[in-house]
Amino acid sequence: MDDLDRRIVTALQRGIAVVPRPFAAAARDLGIDEATLILKLKNLLAQGALTRFGPLFNADRLGGAFTLCAMSVPAHDFERVCGIVNAFREVAHNYEREHRLNMWFVLATADPAQIAEVRGRIESATGYPVIDLPKIDEYFVGLELAA
Amino acid sequence: MTDLDLVRATQAGLPLVPEPYAALAAQLGVAEDEVMNRFRIMLADGRVRRIGAVPNHYALGYRANGMSVWDLADEAVGELGPRVGALAFVSHCYRRPRRPAWPYNLFAMVHGRDRAEVEAQVAQIAALLGGAARAHDVLYSRRILKKTGLRVV
Repeated sequence: MDDLDRRIVTALQRGIAVVPRPFAAAARDLGIDEATLILKLKNLLAQGALTRFGPLFNADRLGGAFTLCAMSVPAHDFERVCGIVNAFREVAHNYEREHRLNMWFVLATADPAQIAEVRGRIESATGYPVIDLPKIDEYFVGLELAA
Repeated sequence: MTDLDLVRATQAGLPLVPEPYAALAAQLGVAEDEVMNRFRIMLADGRVRRIGAVPNHYALGYRANGMSVWDLADEAVGELGPRVGALAFVSHCYRRPRRPAWPYNLFAMVHGRDRAEVEAQVAQIAALLGGAARAHDVLYSRRILKKTGLRVV
């Protein structure tokens, strides 16, 4: 990432406006032109510096449901279980963490009742228990990381 | 066009073209103004947090990503949780239930360029919580196994 890339990531984390040409407006603030900004964004996505560009939905308020799940998977079986878990379309993010509970993923479903059902299917498919840690309260979401 | 149509059309991302809302409108068979108005409403009521870039922490140089977890008295978490969430380096902060062999009820995600930076941040949280924190742990992420963004429909 070059200097301009960093400025773009920092600025566009805050979001673009809902106007007909939002990239032109954002580009102006960065002192570049619209075409350059769009090209840079495409490259940042292709390189993996951005995982996504678009609306950040609040699944709770959309009527969907989501929860954080954790599993304790033996090292020798980790890749197999990872493949099974990731194949579920309801699994949004999945992280390996350094802990007895070493696999942490977010389950997202359209309907709250489906959470328990999908969790059960993951337990059956992998052979390991899945701990469910639904959010009770949200105190803060959305850091702007300095790029 | 329903709100759900708009969610489905954009959950993988916004079209990276000069007029993204017009592109979506064409795809959904509605006017550009209708797409923009829906987004304005969803932003105002919190269903959409923002429309923007979602960075990969690792790619930005944040190699140490720690999920700090805290065991706070149930009656204290409502007051202390927002104060932890207000710390500049905390990206997400939630209250979650305890489970057998899992005593932690407050989760605060912290990010640093290395573990020393994360440890210093965790020490700041510990200082803020003082005696209210009975135990804590930090679960460092080793690998992103999947990150597709939330697919709700």
